[in-house]
This record gives sequence, C-alpha cells and structure tokens, in this order.
Amino acid sequence: MATYTTNEFKPGLKIVMDGDPWTILGNEFVKPGKGQAFNRVKLRNLRSGRVLDKTFRSGENVSAAEVVELEMQYLYSDGEFWHFMDVKTYDQHSADAAAMGSGAQWLKGQETCQVTLWNGAVFTVAPPNFVVLKVAEAAPGVRGDTATGGNKTVVLETGAKIQVPLFIKRNETVRVDTRSGEYIGREKD
Amino acid sequence: MHNLGVSRQGDLARSGLDDPGRDWRPAVGMDVLRRRARLLAELRAFMRERGILEVETPLLSRYPGCESDLYPVSAVATFGVRVERLYLQASPESAMKRLLAAGAGPIYQLSRAFRDRERGHRHLLEFTLLEWYRPGWDHFMLMSEIAQLLGRLGLQPAVALEYREAFRVHVGLDPFTATMEQLRTEALAAGLAEPSTDRPLLQDFLFSQRLAPRLGCQRPQFLYHYPTDRAPQARVRPGHSPVAERFELFIGGVEIANGYRELTDATELERRMRAALERCQKTGGIDLPLDTRLIAAVRHGLPDCAGVALGVDRLLMALAGARDVNAVAAFPWP
Repeated sequence: MATYTTNEFKPGLKIVMDGDPWTILGNEFVKPGKGQAFNRVKLRNLRSGRVLDKTFRSGENVSAAEVVELEMQYLYSDGEFWHFMDVKTYDQHSADAAAMGSGAQWLKGQETCQVTLWNGAVFTVAPPNFVVLKVAEAAPGVRGDTATGGNKTVVLETGAKIQVPLFIKRNETVRVDTRSGEYIGREKD
Repeated sequence: MHNLGVSRQGDLARSGLDDPGRDWRPAVGMDVLRRRARLLAELRAFMRERGILEVETPLLSRYPGCESDLYPVSAVATFGVRVERLYLQASPESAMKRLLAAGAGPIYQLSRAFRDRERGHRHLLEFTLLEWYRPGWDHFMLMSEIAQLLGRLGLQPAVALEYREAFRVHVGLDPFTATMEQLRTEALAAGLAEPSTDRPLLQDFLFSQRLAPRLGCQRPQFLYHYPTDRAPQARVRPGHSPVAERFELFIGGVEIANGYRELTDATELERRMRAALERCQKTGGIDLPLDTRLIAAVRHGLPDCAGVALGVDRLLMALAGARDVNAVAAFPWP
C-alpha cells in the first residue's frame, strides 16, 4: 500500500487513519529547541466530516488513501443499493445505505452526484447542492397564518419531508438546498 | 537618493508573477529590513559595551554539529584533485568552543546557520544566530545578561521558571517521576497520532503541544534545568533527579534562545556525540562524521563557561509582532 511521509503533507492530501480516509486541511511544522520534530496536522474525516488536530512524528510514514472523486449520474435504486454511472467511462458503481447517508432522499434519477470512491468502492455520495422536486403531499395552508410567515411540512416526490411556506400546494415544484434540507423557493414550470 | 516607497515595494512583491523562477522581488517591505538592520546594530553595540569580542568562523566545515534531530545542509568543494563533502554549520558552537579552548575570552558571533528538514512558520532553512560565550560564568549569570539585553530592546523584564515546575503546571505531570503510561495517556489525549513508548519523544510532544505555546505570553520567560536527554552539550547537575544546566527563552510561545552551562568533560562529550550520530543514522538515515577537533579542543581544556544561541529572526518576529518567520526575512524559503 502506498504511503506518504510527513514531508509530503500538504492541504488536500488524503491519508488513512484509524481505518478511515481523511483529507489534510493544514500542516504545521513544530520542533522543540532540542529534540524530536513533529507535524501538527488538521484533518477532516471524509466519512463524517469531523475535523480534528493530530500530531505526527516528523518522518513518520502514513498510509495513503486511494480516494477518487468523480461525477456520476444516479440511475436507480433496487431498494438495497443505489446505482450510479460514471458519465465519462460508463462504468457503473453501486452505493449502500451507509454510503448514501441522508443524500438518498433527494434523488429521483438522472441527477449528477459527487461520488467518492475509496479503494474502488463507493464511500460517500453527495447529491447536487440544489434539487427541484414536486410536492407529493401537502396539507392545505391554514388561512390567516401567512402573515406570520408560518411553515408546514410537506412530502416531496422522493419521500423527503421539508418545511415550506404555507402557500405551497400539492403538485407544485420547489427548489431545495440538499446541504441544509431547506426550502429555497417555488419553481415555475 | 532612492525612495523605495515601503508599501509600494510590499505591493509589488507577489504581483502576478506565477513563475517562481522569475519572482525576484523581496517578500517584505523595506521597513522590515530597516528594523532588522537596527536590531543587528543594537546587538553589536550591546556586545561591544560589555567587552565581548566579535569573531567570525567558517560557515563550512568537514564536521557537522553532532546533535540528535539536527540535520545539516551539505556542500561540495575541491581540494587539489579531491572532491570533499562539507557541511554548512547548524550553529557556530564547535568553532567558537575551539576559540574558547585557545583562550579567546568572552566572544560572540552573528552568523547564518543552516538546518535541513526544518521548515515552517518558525523555521527557516537558513537563519541568523547570535551566539555568545562567557568564561567563568554559570547559566544563571548568562540568563540575567540576556534579560538586560531584552530590556535594552524595549521588552518587558523576564521571569524564570524551572522546567519541572512549568511541566507540572501546564501538563499536570511531574516530568521526572511520571510513569510511561501516564505520559502516553496524556500524549494521546493531546492528539499524538501514533502511540509511542519513547519517553523523550512523549516529553517533547507534550512540551511542544501543551507547554511551549503558553510560555512567555505575558513577558519574556526563561525555563531552566531540563531533562538530561535533551541537552547535548550542557553540564548535568547531580541530585535525586539529575537535571541539565540548560535554559531556554520564550517570548509569545516561541523559543527564542537556548543556553547551557557548558559541558567541559571531553569523555562525556564524545559519548553523547557518538550517541547522537547513531540516532541520526537510525532515525534520520544519514551518516555523519564525528567532530574530533571539538573533542580534542575540550580535552585540551574548555574553560568553565556559559553559552547561548539566540535566534535573531525569531527575536525580530517578537519585536515586530509577526507570527511567521518568513514575514521578517527578505527572501523566504518555500
């Protein structure tokens, strides 16, 4: 397995630590007046997004994470796996529920997603930042509440539940930010 | 008369030249260079007033400093038909001690020093050291002279604390009696990536992570009497827990100077230097020759003395309020 020494550390480099791939955000050389040198590194976990600081002995070898980020088109789900196609090579890859995380709820098909492969397998899937989806179920707005800017919960065609303004009705299409799950606006056909 | 226009110079530096091979401009304004010049003049004036002799010794030597975790930059030169590898000094310590052994008396040197494998916010491949020696003095006398120098430069009066006490306060462990397990647990909690059973390494890590950033934040701070395994050429003060007669100066969490009451026992010096070379070979993968001339000089008779090396670039950082050592150098190293 390929390794990096601490001398190669720089932002963007991907390494394996504690069984997970991490990306290096920052790297600082630290050395006491006499003695061992260290690299103080800021890392982001590519699975959870968690950021932490770790210190490596300078010269230490660390496993390289074979991580590739690709744009892939979402094809369909068979209930257990979600299937994607690399738009350049037409290679197909499947992601399990763990890799999909909460991203699956925004996908209905054809979307271009950011797919991360680790050792050739789908590791994470990021849906497009914005999706446009039809409202499948919506309770009628309560009259008189609009002035207060009140919200209600609706169910979108993919099954996702989001908060929308009261005036949104069934069969309308809405734009959603998938990173926050927030309603952005109403789409006109 | 040139008016270089300080800020204009600064603006020009980095303007759109993407090719590093053609980017000839200085990285800092002329104001920084003037400040550096003023500091160098003040350091020399201080030394002159005290009757400390300025000396110059070669930057190039056949022998690098024999110290663990210190990697030299090498050069080649021809002698007749022979091509020899030489080393750029990591400090002028060896040459200056040879002068002391020859009876030079109090001496100082302002020179460039070179250290490979050290690059960062506080480390330059090449930097300026002020190193001086006081025959007949101990390390406490030298610390007080440094404090006077800092006062002259407009810095606050310095305070001093024992290494052991500082470690207790900031790490919560006694560095001399803590068990390996305690040090290991503490180091892992403080973010050491790989568990280790190397005691000096654990102490170095805890020192760098928990202690150093907190030293000298209110006013310049000396730390003295270090563990013996991190003081290559310092005397050891015997006792229940022997300590090295070594000190360091910190300003704003940055180590500025390192000094010793110098080891004058040639046999012990040779033993330590050989151990350091072995470590350079083992952990650094580099074979270095033993500095036999230094050992010979000390065997001839190094006077009882105290000596210190002060990083001029870092002192300039402290005076200028800079956070990166590249901000006080005309031309930074990548």
